[in-house]
Amino acid sequence: MSFLDVLEGLRFKKASSPIHKLDPRVKFALALSLSTLALAFKELLALIALFTAHVPLILLGGVIRQWARMMKGASLFAFFIFLTNFLFIHFHPGYAALSPTFVLPISMALRFLTIVGAFSCFFLTTSPDDLGLALERHLVPFTKWLIERVPRLKGAIDPYGLCFAFIASVRFIPTMVEEATSIVDAQRARGLELDRGGLLKRIRGYVPILIPMVINALRRSDELAEAMESRAWGAVKERTSLYELRLKKGDAIVMALTALAFAIAVYVRISIPIPL
Amino acid sequence: MTIIRANGLTFTYSGQLRPAIEEVHLSIEEGEFVLIAGPSGCGKTTLCRCLNGLIPHFYEGELKGDIFVTGLNVKDHSIRELARYVGMVFQNPENQLFALSVEKDVAFGLENLGLPRSEMMELIEWAMKAVGVYELRDKAPYELSGGQKQRVAIACVLAMKPKVLVLDEPTSSLDPFGARQVLEVVRKLNEELNMTVVLVEHRLDLAVKYATRAIVMNDGRIVLDGDPRDVLSSKEAISIGIDVPKVVKLYRALQEVGLTLSEVPIAAEEMVQLLQEVLKR
Amino acid sequence: MIEAKGVYFRYPNGVEALRDATIRIDDGELVAIMGPNGAGKTTLVKHFNGLLKPTKGEVFVDGVNTKEVSIASLARKVGYVFQNPDHQLFCESVEEEVAFALRNFGFDEAEVERRVTWVLEFFELTPYKRKSPFTLSVGERKRVTIASIIAWNPKVIILDEPTLGQDYFQKEKLRDFILRLRKRGGTVVLVTHDVEFVSELKPRIVLMADGRVMADGPAESILTDRAILKEASIFPPQIAQVFLELVNVGLPKGVINVEDAKGALLRLLRSMRS
Repeated sequence: MSFLDVLEGLRFKKASSPIHKLDPRVKFALALSLSTLALAFKELLALIALFTAHVPLILLGGVIRQWARMMKGASLFAFFIFLTNFLFIHFHPGYAALSPTFVLPISMALRFLTIVGAFSCFFLTTSPDDLGLALERHLVPFTKWLIERVPRLKGAIDPYGLCFAFIASVRFIPTMVEEATSIVDAQRARGLELDRGGLLKRIRGYVPILIPMVINALRRSDELAEAMESRAWGAVKERTSLYELRLKKGDAIVMALTALAFAIAVYVRISIPIPL
Repeated sequence: MTIIRANGLTFTYSGQLRPAIEEVHLSIEEGEFVLIAGPSGCGKTTLCRCLNGLIPHFYEGELKGDIFVTGLNVKDHSIRELARYVGMVFQNPENQLFALSVEKDVAFGLENLGLPRSEMMELIEWAMKAVGVYELRDKAPYELSGGQKQRVAIACVLAMKPKVLVLDEPTSSLDPFGARQVLEVVRKLNEELNMTVVLVEHRLDLAVKYATRAIVMNDGRIVLDGDPRDVLSSKEAISIGIDVPKVVKLYRALQEVGLTLSEVPIAAEEMVQLLQEVLKR
Repeated sequence: MIEAKGVYFRYPNGVEALRDATIRIDDGELVAIMGPNGAGKTTLVKHFNGLLKPTKGEVFVDGVNTKEVSIASLARKVGYVFQNPDHQLFCESVEEEVAFALRNFGFDEAEVERRVTWVLEFFELTPYKRKSPFTLSVGERKRVTIASIIAWNPKVIILDEPTLGQDYFQKEKLRDFILRLRKRGGTVVLVTHDVEFVSELKPRIVLMADGRVMADGPAESILTDRAILKEASIFPPQIAQVFLELVNVGLPKGVINVEDAKGALLRLLRSMRS
């Protein structure tokens, strides 16, 4: 299992599911609520409930395989969290009085998995396009608001530019991966061996790969700028957008339910003691 | 109506000693399909950049002479203003697509112009249909073939309803199949919408059939300009290093041994007919 | 000699790029591997220098199974020039670029210098010796990449889309180099779409589609076989297009380039006159 495989657990998967159709802001609120609650509780029962709460979203979103991969990758970290907590309690017997030795470490590991799972679900079902839209929708008024208060920032922040940079960086990931593969292959075909020799030699081995990558990236940014200009980038002050985020009925219902659940959870946290 | 006019156009990139184009005089009428050929480094790309304002507004250097496109003096109008009149398609299809779906990419220019959504939708749909990528509207760039990408790039500028389409070696990284599709689209836009086309190409065997006029550049200057048949069959075209279609080469090879066909062929079908005439005699 | 036997290859993303590809390339041959994008051409040749190892099946280079040796030791025998020169160039000077692989393969400095001098001369690059490769034109950059591989004198050289983005004179030069390499006994494998370029060289053609080898034979017969070419989304060379229409008036079939076309026409006219 490599690092890249784990990243698959964050990469958006095109599909049409009720979860995919939700407004990105609603999904973000959902993930954020779950994570906040996971941090607020340390009781095992509560964390089991929270962890279970995000599983239906994964199932509905049809991203179970990617999610499982992410969980598999995260479980190693979860185990470390378990271990450190376990050892900590073991060596501080006074602490153990709070809860039986195994319960707290398991809770802490579960807390971590809930947060990872909630955000994995968010990224897996939210297209970068939607993210960009949400960013643009809120960043533009925010910048305006900010500049009104801090006039010195005028011209220093370009919200449209930031959103464009975000979308373009996502869009070019596959291109750059392909390019990197080709560069590595081209240099290996010229006898470059990356996995041999001492540390210094290995580091030096990356020079023939990094230089073409940087040069190609610079060339790409030049060509992009040229193409953007040629398509009237910055022609009017207020750019319009083909799609606009609009909260639909379903979004409102999910939002209301999330808020309700959140409120109940907060009430429980404050006034009802949980046995485990 | 004259849509492009250049008078004594000379441009030297900053930091360079020699001009990239020198004393270019050019006049193009609306609806023409102009093919520009020439060895690499002859100034074709520089000339294209002058047509939509990339020169002098994006590339620094010294510009002498005048260039007018759709009556606008390029020196006095920004690239973004000119974008409504001149659509520019570049060599590398990869680096002209920025969005995560075809539809959003085609929308990009219109969003920049601040068009309302309803107007945008109509233009986008029209542009995608015109180049035959409507079915691909939800696809991401990495899901497209090179030829498809380049057709999307054409749709992107087409949506802004330009009067002139400038394409700088649009097929140089494509396979023959993709190249054919791209050039076919360009021909269609020229014929059906009377769009003025300026096409820089190495693959003359495909492009020359559609052109109404051919220009050959060398060392920054226009050295040949006229009917594609005359230009490509001239001695200069071959000595400069233009990759003339093989049928033109055969025509010239036969001429050298005393067999002159009644016309210069620029496509295989034409050569077939010409040879049939000779062999029936 | 390169031999691929029933090679299957599946990329990690699940795409099956080769399905039972079998091919044998003998020493001293000139082979063009042709086919549409996605046919598996590049995937196949990446097996020849070990960059890829078959998922199923076997590849032998000079009798050695590529699974059993390192890429570096295979690369010594099989040189591979990538399509895009900008994926390879990184040195401060042309000279350094050409010496890079030689040093990787452990040649001593005197030998490195001797070979660099020779290969720059061969590719007409001596005047650019101390120039940065990034300041050169596309055609010159391409030549530097080829030179940087010919420098260690591999038995086989693979050129991936060598004519892409090259103008007429550069293509002519390239053709001349290929012919000279052949004269020195080298095996040359071209991966290309460029039928016009191929029609002048008249190599053996291996046609691929859908990860399989669908035809294999001399250029004169493959490039004039409309049915097969259509399946591989390739258009016949322009001269072949003309001659295929004129077979019924007595012209021969396997004519694919201008030289041969001229000869055939003159012969026919002469025989008609007499």
